[in-house]
Amino acid sequence: MSSIDYSERIPNNVNLSSNKTLQRALEHWQPAYLKWWQEMGPEGSTSMDVYLRTAISVDPKGWAHFDYVRMPDYRWGIFLAPPEAGRKVNFGAHKGEPAWQEVPGEYRSVLRRIIVTQGDTEPASVEQQRHLGLTCPSLYDLRNIFQVNVEEGRHLWAMVYLLHAYFGRDGREEGEALLERRSGDADNPRILTAFNERTPDWLSFFMFTFITDRDGKYQLAALAESGFDPLSRTCRFMLTEEAHHLFVGESGVARIIQRTCDVMAAHKTDDPAKLRGLGVIDLPTIQKYLNFHFSVTSDLYGSEISSNAASFYTQGLKGRFEETKIGDDHVLDSAEYPVMEVVGDRIAVKHAPALNALNERLRDDWIRDVQSGVDRWNRIPEKAGIPFRFTLPHKGFHRKIGVFGEHHVSPDGRVVSEAEWTHHARDWLPTSTDRQYVHSLMGRVTEPGKFANWIAPPARGINNQPVDFEYVRFN
Amino acid sequence: MNAELVRQHLIDPEICIRCNTCQETCPIDAIEHDARNYVVKFDVCDGCNECIPPCPTGAIDSWRKVTKSKPYTLAEQYAWDSLPAETEPDVGAPGDVPEEVVRITAEATAGTGGPLAPPWSAAHPYVNLYSLARPAVATVSGNYRLTAEDASSDIRHIVLDFGNSAFPVLEGQSIGVIPPGVDANGKPHHVRLYSVASPRNGERPGYNNLALTVKRVVEDHEGKAARGVCSNYLCDLRKGDQVKVVGPYGTSFLMPNHPGSSLMMICTGTGSAPMRAMTERRRRRMALKEGGELMLFFGARAPGELPYFGPLMKLPKDFIDINFAFSRVPGEPKRYVQDRIRERGEKVARMLADPNCYIYVCGLKGMEAGVNEAFADVCRAHGLDWSAVLAGLKAQARFHVETY
Repeated sequence: MSSIDYSERIPNNVNLSSNKTLQRALEHWQPAYLKWWQEMGPEGSTSMDVYLRTAISVDPKGWAHFDYVRMPDYRWGIFLAPPEAGRKVNFGAHKGEPAWQEVPGEYRSVLRRIIVTQGDTEPASVEQQRHLGLTCPSLYDLRNIFQVNVEEGRHLWAMVYLLHAYFGRDGREEGEALLERRSGDADNPRILTAFNERTPDWLSFFMFTFITDRDGKYQLAALAESGFDPLSRTCRFMLTEEAHHLFVGESGVARIIQRTCDVMAAHKTDDPAKLRGLGVIDLPTIQKYLNFHFSVTSDLYGSEISSNAASFYTQGLKGRFEETKIGDDHVLDSAEYPVMEVVGDRIAVKHAPALNALNERLRDDWIRDVQSGVDRWNRIPEKAGIPFRFTLPHKGFHRKIGVFGEHHVSPDGRVVSEAEWTHHARDWLPTSTDRQYVHSLMGRVTEPGKFANWIAPPARGINNQPVDFEYVRFN
Repeated sequence: MNAELVRQHLIDPEICIRCNTCQETCPIDAIEHDARNYVVKFDVCDGCNECIPPCPTGAIDSWRKVTKSKPYTLAEQYAWDSLPAETEPDVGAPGDVPEEVVRITAEATAGTGGPLAPPWSAAHPYVNLYSLARPAVATVSGNYRLTAEDASSDIRHIVLDFGNSAFPVLEGQSIGVIPPGVDANGKPHHVRLYSVASPRNGERPGYNNLALTVKRVVEDHEGKAARGVCSNYLCDLRKGDQVKVVGPYGTSFLMPNHPGSSLMMICTGTGSAPMRAMTERRRRRMALKEGGELMLFFGARAPGELPYFGPLMKLPKDFIDINFAFSRVPGEPKRYVQDRIRERGEKVARMLADPNCYIYVCGLKGMEAGVNEAFADVCRAHGLDWSAVLAGLKAQARFHVETY
């Protein structure tokens, strides 16, 4: 059951050949997908052999198979985590019922919308990152971004499979629309704002994979709890792949910090101007990028108080992070959850019905996870004897959605006036000068074992290969 | 033997990103975490390695040698910011080195009047962890022919995996193999020594394995047909076979570790095993740019008879200066390593004079005299006295010979 059939046109472990209608529909979608990849996938990558991880089965031994793959020949396919015998709906009004193997009629449109929204982010990030290969700081990093890209592509496949298999003609139309929207397009943009932002440089890319892909992790984890079993199994397998993306982001930023700290120690300076003269990214600039990506991504969780989130939960469609490990009634009729609100020029905490505060709860889980990554970054300057520490801005900082959307909040959590915001925004968020400086560092390094001046080599190579391994072969 | 050495599975907290994949994957719940670290329960983990491939960072693939009764506790692991340095658990007491090993070592190092001290920056070697009475059992994980199919010699690259038994080796060390069965007199076969051909962190980095370079012996030194018991046993091994191993041995023929140190390596045939180990060690650390040069003189009958010829040809010229000498290429004059040393006299003289250059000679006994004469000639040409130079080299532990 868990092995993947690569002899088929679409590799899968869902016995696709037994359902000819579905197989034909997906085989019809496949050329459109490949056309999208040719147009919007990583630029100039078609002739490269890349040392990639490809799933050859979904058990632990098989899903991390490493070998050189010519990029367009990567075998995107449909892989679901093995079914869990006797799995139940674990929360909401249907708690205790057997998990659904088909879409419950009354939840059809809402479930479709959840899947489309998740699916839309996957090709969006590939589009956002498509030019970055041209300015890679090393072969190791080039390989990593390609790995992220092909797996985002596979995550699109995972969502399109659900749409085709369970939503009939509507689902097929949504599958086509997923290939038609374009990140940042004025007429036909991607659904969520953060996925229409540009990813113009590698610092942005690493921040995006560290912070925004982590939103992906939490959304997938909440959907992995779903009572709709095919969605749950799909998301569970996607989560194993997502971990690599978070690693690329966290270690990427860590290596930039490492390099800057090394140069700071060698030249005994913390002057940003001097450090820029030495060709590294000063720590305050990195902090500003962190502020930006953290706040933009925070909006992806939606409003603090949301009746949609409440009904998704009650309907058994989307759970909480690690739902089954939480020790409560899993119905949340009478529970409360603390939510912030702005009262005059103060930020206060009120208790809201937990059911309506599920977005906020998921955001808090995500913040805790981001914070622990930031703590690990802080060990680098600490080790080097440099007093600088990175901090996450306040939840209300630079928000467009929810209770803070109408207010200006400083990184340290004060409600500030329009004037003060305008005065300080350039200290808190990357300015065009900052972005131009970071952009000016982006060159292309492709000699095995060599790294751009602004980033340190990784502690280990991929799959135990040496750091100077030829991770990408140009043909 | 004192306390039993084992490998303890750990997670490197400096690299781990806390993605929880390992804990999710572990079939027997040997992994847990707190708000700081992910840790492995020593008494639960059975080394099934299911968690290794899914880890996105490689942090999961960390191991330390510990005495079985004193593993790192969970409390210790939770408190770490980084992995502890490799410690040196109690090593087996000397004295139970097999007689055969003592005799072979004495013969092999006769050229330098017995084993010298190791280079000052050599890593501390473990020796004699496994005795004849209590050998380690290794599993064959690969056996490949290195010489061309039409070559007169069958030289093989054999990879032995030690599973969960600690078998730490350094480049230049040897291990003993005990062939199964008994000899014509009904006694167990003598142990045979083989130089390790892989670097200290394994034939595959991070794996508990090592490689040997073994030539199938089909004739004795005089050229009469004679089937070598142990070499034929090793060359015929198949993947999955188990082999009894003793050792490791060797505290002298070790490589320097300090940045800027250079190696001059002179070998013939399977004498290339320790050279391959040292070269590979240096190759894996190339990115660290520690400086120092590598110069290799390698003799064989013909390119097809030369083990590791293909991989050697692929090494960058600025990483290693390779000088082959072939003695049986049709239509070409016979050339031996000593001829190549004379040809490269200028650089050889410079390296002899460099206090950071260490010289290693390994191969058949017959090569020693020729190499010595070549060094003497090079010295004469550069106004030096070889016997004085050699005394200095020995005093500084810069000249190491193993011939058989």
